[in-house]
Formats: sequence, C-alpha cells, structure tokens
Amino acid sequence: MSSYLSVADVTTRIKRLLETSGMVQNVWIQAEISNFKRHSRGHMYFSLKDDRSRIQSVMFAGSNKNLTFTPEDGMSVLVRGDVTVYEPFGQYQLMVKEMQPDGTGNLFAAYEQLKKKLTAAGYFAQDKKKAIPRLPKHIAVITSPTGAAVRDMITTLRRRYPLVKVTLLPVLVQGPDAAPSIARAIRQADETGWFDTIIAGRGGGSIEDLWAFNEEETVLAAASCRTPVISAVGHETDTTLFDFAADLRAPTPTAAAELAVPDITEMREFVHDRRGRIHRAAAERFERAQDALKRLEQSYAFRYPKRLIEEKEQQLDWMTDRLKQRLQESGSRKREQERSLTNRLHAAHPKKQLERNREQLQERKHQLERAVRKLHQEKASRLELQLSKLDLLSPVQLMRKGYALPYAEDGKLVRSREDAPEKSMLKLRVSDGLLACRVESNTPIQKEDPPHE
Amino acid sequence: MSEEQENHTFETSMRQLEEIVQRLEKGDVPLEEAMELFQEGMKLSKDCHERLTKVEKQMTDVLSEDGSLSTLPEEEL
Repeated sequence: MSSYLSVADVTTRIKRLLETSGMVQNVWIQAEISNFKRHSRGHMYFSLKDDRSRIQSVMFAGSNKNLTFTPEDGMSVLVRGDVTVYEPFGQYQLMVKEMQPDGTGNLFAAYEQLKKKLTAAGYFAQDKKKAIPRLPKHIAVITSPTGAAVRDMITTLRRRYPLVKVTLLPVLVQGPDAAPSIARAIRQADETGWFDTIIAGRGGGSIEDLWAFNEEETVLAAASCRTPVISAVGHETDTTLFDFAADLRAPTPTAAAELAVPDITEMREFVHDRRGRIHRAAAERFERAQDALKRLEQSYAFRYPKRLIEEKEQQLDWMTDRLKQRLQESGSRKREQERSLTNRLHAAHPKKQLERNREQLQERKHQLERAVRKLHQEKASRLELQLSKLDLLSPVQLMRKGYALPYAEDGKLVRSREDAPEKSMLKLRVSDGLLACRVESNTPIQKEDPPHE
Repeated sequence: MSEEQENHTFETSMRQLEEIVQRLEKGDVPLEEAMELFQEGMKLSKDCHERLTKVEKQMTDVLSEDGSLSTLPEEEL
C-alpha cells in the first residue's frame, strides 16, 4: 500500500515543486483583470488573463492596502507575485503582492533595454565596485529633504555613529526633474572631495515613483562617481538600475545608513574586547615566559651545574685545608729560608761592606802607619848611624882623637905649608880650646915619611 | 583639517589595535616586544575608547545646489 501516494501527498509535492523552483516566484506579469471580487475581509480574488490563458489570483488585504487605484474587470495591469498551490482544491494560483495599472508597460521595456545597454557598457561590473569606508568621517545624503527616508537615514547615522558628519544634498526624487537633480547632486558631492561615502535614495513607492533611479543620467552619475555610493531606493523588493551601478545596494534607506557606518556601541565593545584580549595575550605571554624560565631553572642543565658547584665547593674546602696544611708545613722551612736569606741580606747590606771597607781601610792605615813607622825607624836608625858616622867625622871628634885645626892669623884654615909661613902665628883649635902657636919651621913632608893617619 | 587628521588617526589607531591583538595572540612575539606591544595596545585602546565616548553632537549640514552650506533645522528630523 505504501507505494500509493495520497492526494494530499501529490498536492504537497506539486506545491513544493512550484514554490522551490523559483521559476514562478516573484514574477512580473502583464495581464487583464476579470472576475474581480473583493471579499468583505479585504482580500481580493480575481483572474488574470491574456488572449491565450488565465490564472486564478488572490491579493490579500496586507498587500492591496497600498494600492492607489481600484482594480476592476477589464483593466490592464502589471502584477508581481508568486505562484502557489491552494491545497484544499489542488489548484495553483497567483498570490499577487503588487499591482500597477499597465500604463507603465513601456517603462519595463525601457528598464530592460537600458539595463542591457549599461551592462554591456560595463557600468555594473563588479570589479568597478569601490569599497565602502569602514569608519567614514563625512557622509553625503542625497535625497528629498522631506519625508521618512531622510529622517530615517540621518537619525540612524547619528544613533549608530555620532562621530560622522552628515551633509544633506536635497534633491527631487520624483517627477521629470528628479533624475537631473539626483545626477547633479552626485557629481557635486563627488567634486567637493569632502565625502567618504555618498548615500543616495528615497523611500518606497510605485515603479513610476522610483523611476528617476532607473534613468540613464542617474545611473551614469553613480557609475562614474569616484566616491563610494550606497543606493538606498525604496523597499527591499524594489530593484533599480541605480542599485546595480552603486558600489553597494541597501534594501532600504535605514539599511543604507546601517551599512554606511559602524555601530559605536559595537566599536566600544570592539575596543573593550581588544583591550581584554591584549591583557590576556600579554598575561599569557608573560606566564609562558615565566614557565619557560622556571622550566629552565629546574632543568638538568641548570641543576647539574648547581651540583657541580656544590662538588667544587667541597673540593675547594678540601683543597683549602690541604693548602693550609702545606703552608704550615712549609712555613717553618720557609721561615728558615727567609731568615737565612735575611741574614744573607743583612750580611750583604752595604753597611757591612762599608764597615768591612772601613776596617780594611783602617787595616791599611795601620799597615801604612806601621810601614811608615818602620821606615821612619829604619831611617832614624840609619840617620843615627850616619850621624854617629858623621859624628865620628866631626872635627870635634877628630880633635878628641887628637886632631887639631890650625887657623892662620887672617882666620883661614891652614891646609898647606903655604898657609903658614915660618914665624907666623897660628891659632890651633883643639877639642876644648885654642892654642896660640908659632911656626918654627916649614918643611915639606918626605914621601918616605908619611904622616900618621 | 586637524579634525580630519584626528579621524584619520582614529581609524589608524583602530587598525593598529587590531594588529597588536593579533600579533600578541599569535604568541610568538619576543618578550620585550610583547611588553612594548602590550603598552602600545593599552594606549591605543584607551585613546580609541576616549574618542568613542567623547562624542560631540554633530549638526547636519545642507549643501545646496549653488554650493552654499546651511544647518538643517533639528525639528525637521
């Protein structure tokens, strides 16, 4: 039995098939209204048809309350909606979300035509998109100075990011002058060079209302703008060519403001968070460094030298002891050596030398004295001898021996016969006096008879 | 001009703050540098925080077509 499907199962499958394929979801349809019925609860039921086919349609109160016209049978309309399945009847139907009178059929054609043209010209190229500054300083808002859109954008910008400066460029956003007005404002904003970001847009409305944002002039202004542009046109479901040309498409004006600036609360949180992370990261880093240090300190490499040092310490003690011992031992020897050396030093002292020299000198002096004395004695004794010899020879001595000295009368010593003529008086000097004598004779002495010596 | 410079520094500060956090969190920074980064980061975060807290109320200007500037009346918002 399980190979049979229930009717409900089949319907569910069909529903799923239809609703997930995307082929008949959010489609624009050009058709004529027939069998229009407005239910007392506000929902609208009708058929959409063209000359070949028809489709059951429903437009719920929530969608049709914005309609600016009342649909009626035979009216040509443009509708947007999803094809769904009404399960109780197993019937597919179009759930209409938007409806416009079909005076605008030509607008869609124009839209598609321009889209094709501008796409081919490269105005929508993704690689031409500029990044929206994350922290803009000055934002240009290009929109109508009245209405919800400008208020939504400015209040949202201020609330989210009060640091940003906002300048409004009031423009017409509707009517035949809107496109030139918007294009001019975009160029003006771009040329001032004041702005980091330009937001251009308007609130929701019909396709005619938004049309200025589908015109070539506006689209070209956005595409050639050097300042990043955020489009903020209509509701989420409205897609304009301006959206394609902008660097960023926001679904609504409020969303554009949100995309244009960061939330200051989030930024404070960001700073706060980074502060905490820096703290944690730094603390972790320091802890890691500390752990690493501790590990190193406890490592074998560190403890080993410690033990090594302890060992060396012990060794040092032991060696110190030995050294002391040796010192004591060798101390006495050394002292002896030192003493002897001192003695030798003292002995070698110049004073000693001097003394010795002085002694030597004294010695020499004594020797000299002795020698001189001896010499003197010798000389003296020799002198004495000579003197005695001399004495022996002295006339007095000779006189004592019997010799006498005869002096002539003139006082001259008589040395020969001639000095004492006969009868002359002589004085004869003897050892102890003078004798007056007369020469009686004067004869020469014979050879044979020499006088006595 | 000085305001522009200040704002520029603010954005730079935010970026630097983020960079410092990332570098510190990578953990392979030499200790001395980590200390410097930490101090720098603290300074930056304080600076950023102060700027974000001390916000003056900004007036919205209106730039007209002829290039003249006026202030948007508050009651219009």
